Amino acid sequence: MADTGRPFGLLAELTHRCPLHCTYCSNPVELLTRDRELTTEQWQDTFDQARKLGVLQVHLSGGEPLLRRDLPELVRHASRLGCYVNLVTSGLGLTERRAAELAGCGLDHVQLSLQDASETEADRMAGTTAHRTKLAAARIVRDLGLPLTVNVVLHRGNLDRVQEICLLAKDLGAARLELANTQYYGWALRNRAGLLPSAGQLNRALETVRQMRRQLGESMQIVYVTADYYEPYPKPCMHGWAARQLTIAPDGTVLPCPAAQVIKDLSWPRVTDRSLADIWYHSEGFNAFRGTAWMSPTCTACPRKEIDFGGCRCQAYLLTGRAEATDPVCGKSPDHHLIEALVAAPGDAEPVMRGYR
Amino acid sequence: MRPRLLPGVRISYDDVRDRTVVLYPEGVLMPNSTACAVLVRCDGRTSVAQIVDDLRAIYADVDSADVLGLLRRLAADQLLTLEPSDG
Ligand SMILES: C[S@@+](CC[C@H](N)C(=O)[O-])C[C@H]1O[C@@H](n2cnc3c(N)ncnc32)[C@H](O)[C@@H]1O
Ligand code: SF4
Ligand code: SF4
Repeated sequence: MADTGRPFGLLAELTHRCPLHCTYCSNPVELLTRDRELTTEQWQDTFDQARKLGVLQVHLSGGEPLLRRDLPELVRHASRLGCYVNLVTSGLGLTERRAAELAGCGLDHVQLSLQDASETEADRMAGTTAHRTKLAAARIVRDLGLPLTVNVVLHRGNLDRVQEICLLAKDLGAARLELANTQYYGWALRNRAGLLPSAGQLNRALETVRQMRRQLGESMQIVYVTADYYEPYPKPCMHGWAARQLTIAPDGTVLPCPAAQVIKDLSWPRVTDRSLADIWYHSEGFNAFRGTAWMSPTCTACPRKEIDFGGCRCQAYLLTGRAEATDPVCGKSPDHHLIEALVAAPGDAEPVMRGYR
Repeated sequence: MRPRLLPGVRISYDDVRDRTVVLYPEGVLMPNSTACAVLVRCDGRTSVAQIVDDLRAIYADVDSADVLGLLRRLAADQLLTLEPSDG
């Protein structure tokens, strides 16, 4: 607590509304409705506070941020504060006119998600016709001269098409391709049985990524986010709890990461209740896992504790019921058998499309 | 070689931290003053030799190998390109 630094990034989840229904969606299963969303003025005031606190990057995400009519105003506000503004979007609703307007308001970068390289499979995952619109959106972004990152969430159903995905992103003119293996939160956790890949699939995909990096060279950067269930050590989640980033949910709930609200033992205040600075520096939730004093004996004794910070608190909580436990994906965790069992037998639960319940 | 910042990379001044920062899609970089002096000259027109000359006017003991090393690291971090500009 004594040496709490300033945050660099704000993930603003403007809405939970979304025209797509991805089973891998990391949004919470309890989606907030429109009447719970912060108003334009409340978001603008939040951005003011965030900048004063040190935030330099604002990621406008959701749900689908383009469903907010006030998106141009929000982009302009964050940009005028001096923040780097990134739009994280499915691309649905990104018409030429809309994109040009956003660029004019100071948008710096677009991260566009695709579901797959196969149109049929992409639309199956999205639960609607979306793929072609996304390809058009990518071209609109590129024609405006805005830098484009394509993001594809990887899972059992598309890992075998990593090469096609790389070539498609290249063809769309992406400067970066982010291949992110599914993280199991929200809808993705509920649908884990159908998403978990096999070890063989992952090995082949990684080999393909290496080959594509050699083939494409500097023309497109490929970032590969590993499948942590199959890794010996956990991911260094958020570079440490409440260290660099904060997330604000559509209703103004302030969180150290998008998944943190699942930890029910902690209370999560909203920007409408307390100032952002007060929440960042003094709230129970933000201070709960800062530093290393809270760690389990397993992590306390481990030389990697300043490297991965004991892994993800939300994953520890979701899988063991104890947020302070060593992340079970770690081979040293006393709960690691949980992961081994899941990987050996993912189960056969029917997938539930996001938003239909 | 005329280094150039990649699209989406922006140099800015942070009045909260009172220092120059580099903003790019994946994050924020806080370069030291020498690195800042190099970065603001990566405009695709200034050659590496010219950058070294400029730095020598500001700092003592500027080693051109150090400057090149810094440029290569920043290129590896996808902040700039050392390739000739393709227009
Ligand atoms: C929740 S989405 C919201 C923005 C927009 N609807 C979209 O999908 O692009 C934010 C980003 O997280 C990615 N994402 C969604 N679920 C994920 C998961 N379970 N694991 C990793 N990334 C995920 C999406 O591909 C997208 O790039
Ligand atoms: S991941 Fe899919 S369902 Fe979730 S918010 Fe993005 S587009 Fe919508
Ligand atoms: S024991 Fe804890 S600190 Fe060590 S590698 Fe595992 S999770 Fe990380």
